[in-house]
Parts: sequence; C-alpha cells; structure tokens
Amino acid sequence: MAKTDVVVTGLGATTPLGGDVATTWSALLDGRSGITSLPEEWHESLPVHFAGRIAQEPSEKLPKPRLRRLDRTQQFALIAAQEAWTDAGTPEVDPLRLGVVVSSGIGGILTILEQYDIFRERGWRRVSPFTVPMLMPNSPAAAISLEFTARAGSHVPVSACASSAEAIANGVDMIRSGRADVVIAGGTEAAIHPLNIASFASMRALSTRNDDPATASRPWDKDRDGFVMGEGAGIVILESAEHAAKRGARVYAHASGVGYTNDAYDIVQPDPEGAGQARAITQALTDADLTPADIVHVNAHATSTPAGDVGETRAIRSALGDSAADRVAVTSTKSMTGHLLGGAGAVESIATVLALHDGRIPPTINIQELDPDVAVDIVRDKPRDMPSGDVAAVNESFGFGGHNVALVFRRA
Amino acid sequence: MAHTEQEILEGLGVIIEEIVGTEPSEVTPEKSFVDDLDIDSLSMVEIAVAAQDKFGVEIPDEQLKDLKTVQDVITFIQK
Repeated sequence: MAKTDVVVTGLGATTPLGGDVATTWSALLDGRSGITSLPEEWHESLPVHFAGRIAQEPSEKLPKPRLRRLDRTQQFALIAAQEAWTDAGTPEVDPLRLGVVVSSGIGGILTILEQYDIFRERGWRRVSPFTVPMLMPNSPAAAISLEFTARAGSHVPVSACASSAEAIANGVDMIRSGRADVVIAGGTEAAIHPLNIASFASMRALSTRNDDPATASRPWDKDRDGFVMGEGAGIVILESAEHAAKRGARVYAHASGVGYTNDAYDIVQPDPEGAGQARAITQALTDADLTPADIVHVNAHATSTPAGDVGETRAIRSALGDSAADRVAVTSTKSMTGHLLGGAGAVESIATVLALHDGRIPPTINIQELDPDVAVDIVRDKPRDMPSGDVAAVNESFGFGGHNVALVFRRA
Repeated sequence: MAHTEQEILEGLGVIIEEIVGTEPSEVTPEKSFVDDLDIDSLSMVEIAVAAQDKFGVEIPDEQLKDLKTVQDVITFIQK
C-alpha cells in the first residue's frame, strides 16, 4: 500500500537570529551570527563567555501572568507553535485528529534550578505550585495540546540533540499510521544557565573562543574547538496531503522520508566511521522512495566539534555514493544559530524546507581554513542557488546516546 | 498590625493581578475565586502564600479550601 503523503504547511521559530521564521531565515541567508556575550557576572566562574541567546524575549509576546507558569522551553514552544499555526492558515481540524509531537532535549531545567534555589533559601512553601508541570519534559507538548485543543495524542521523543528531528519523524509516522490528519511537531530548548555551561564545558564540548564569539561556531574549520550553546524553538505543521488539499493550504514541501538508527558505539562520541549516520540517511531515502540522485542539499548536524564534523561528511559520502556526494551542497546553519540542542533538528528542518521552497541554500560561515578531511562540498559564506525541478534535501540530527535521525524533504 | 478591609482588598487586587493577570478593579468582595475570577487551585496556593507574606497572617491549607470569595479572605486576615 502506498504511504500517506505528508506535507509541511506551516513554520514557526524563535531563535538567536530572530523572533520568527522570516527574520531567522533572512539572517541565515545573510550569513549573520546570533552569538552574543553572556552576563558579565557569569564570566569569572566559567571558561565560556558567550552563547546563542534568543533574539526576542518571550515577554514581548506573552503576558506576564502566563509567563509565570510556563517554563522557558514552553514559552518558546508556544510562541513558535502560534506562528506556525497562523502560517498554516489556522487549519480547521477535528480535535480528535490533531496531534502534537514536541520535544526538548533537557526539559525544564531552568525551572528545576530556580525552584531549588527558592527551596533552599526560603523553604518548601515558597516553591511554585507550578514547578512540576513546568519542569516535566512533556510540558511544552502539553502546553501546545491545551492551547490548540489537540486530542489525538501528544508525544515527546527524547534523544538529546536529535530530539526535535525525531519529533518531526514521529509526527510523519503519526499521520501515516492514520492517527491524525494534522500534527504540530518540533522542539524547544532553554538551558542557558551557568550549571549547564559548566557541564558541557567540563566534557570539553564547548568552544572557548572568548575573544571572538561571533566566529566561535565554525563547523568544518581546521581550528574548530567545540560547539556554542544556543536556545530557541522550531515548530512545523505537518498535514496529510489530502487534508491540506481539501482546505487549499499552501504546501512548503513534502515530508517524504524518515530514518532513525543508533550507533551503540559510545555514550557521547559518534562512531568515527559514521556507519549509523549513513544508515539513517539510507533508511530515510528508502522510506521516501527516492534515490541519492534526487538529493541536492544536506543541512548537516555539524556542530563545530573536532570529533563530529568530519565524520559526518564521510557518512554523507558513504550513504549517497560518490556521484551524488560530489554534487550535493552541504551546509551547517549552526555556524550562525549555535547549537539549539533539542531545538536544533526542528529549526534546521525549517531551514531545509525553506531552502527547497525559496531555492536558496544558506551558507556556513566562519570557515577560515577548511579542514582537509572534509569529504563533501560545503556552501561557504554566501547562499547558493538550488537546482530547480523535483529535487529533495536531507536534514540530519544526532544526539548523545548514539541517536541518528535523517529526514528527507521533497520540493512541493 | 491590623489591616483595614480596604487595605486588604487593594493588596489582594495587586497580588491577583501579578499572579493571574486579572484587573484589580475586578477583584471585589463578593467575587468567588473559582466561579467569577477563574482562578484554579494551584494559582490559589500562590495567592495564599503571597497574601501571607503581605499581611503576615498564615493561611493553613485546611482553611484555604473554605475561602471561596474575596470577602472570605478579607475576613480571615482581619481575624
């Protein structure tokens, strides 16, 4: 039986580059960095003095009493979901046929840390009665289900930095399995706090380029020294093509194929051979009924760490084969946004979908000298036009724990 | 120090606006927290804790469930 055709009909995001999709996308095409300095008072205790902080604070969009009872992950997710829902033309859908799959890699950690401080300083009575519904990892999905009266089911796949790509993949599967006509899918992260920076820094995962934060995130550069923490959310509206056609919705792209694998190699290091990553791409292509020849673009996971970036390009080459890998245009938008962890896969899926829709691929910035081991063609410094016609692109996301997710989007 | 009824009413208005966003002018003695002001049980806990801080009167949990209207809280605090 043919698979249900799933399409993307709405996009929403709040990122270090902008409070919505339009400003984020134009900054990505302009090659602008969203990385800024952390508060002065954090500097002394941390080896990293910068991050990709959100460009527009949620207080500009949500009223204060609302903010009080929402973790920052929920605030971002709701803002992005509202934008995506409006962008999709506020679909009329039976609540029993509307699903939610929205992840966070870390969950409501800012709530946990803030309330723990309150508990220690002022006792249990002063701990917010909303602490539990704010810190639970399903809180963003739950808030969105409530806001949009989505009753088909809410899911929260947690796979570290692959979480929101996995959420989109699960959303596609939810529509294909017949459980929903429309799914609000994506992810959110809000973890910029001294403890979290210390935790990533202690595993030597973060860039410490304190003298030049805007160039710190430099995937595939010879001197890359780690990733840059970011925060934000990305949400897409997934819809069965039939449902979208019936209401005359604008279609950005087809969400054609999903692939999930696990390296089972190391808890944090990626398999240097990239075999699991390559299998995810191959699986997603097979699922999409496409071949490597259809793929013109990859939005890579590449986070600017010495270990990951180059291995990923080998995995792309091995999955696509030499002739396709020679002409595929690869980019890492993390060079501009930083690494949004559990929000990364969704924001990068939006960039992938817009690249297909607008025909332009955003560049990777900050490569001063390309690592000679990079095995594919990287779009550097300036956006590149994408071939016209019926082409497809891949978004890749990997997470601590060995998770590999590949998503294939085809031009509508 | 005893508070006048008006002081308590105004104080509750400020607290309720901060916690749930209701206009202080809406907070009048006869209003029911649940039915008129649409305040849920978790927000009620927050309001009670804030009122304790402001007026220096402890509101035990077993009392809280009996305080249905704004006037009930005013009376309790004045006692």
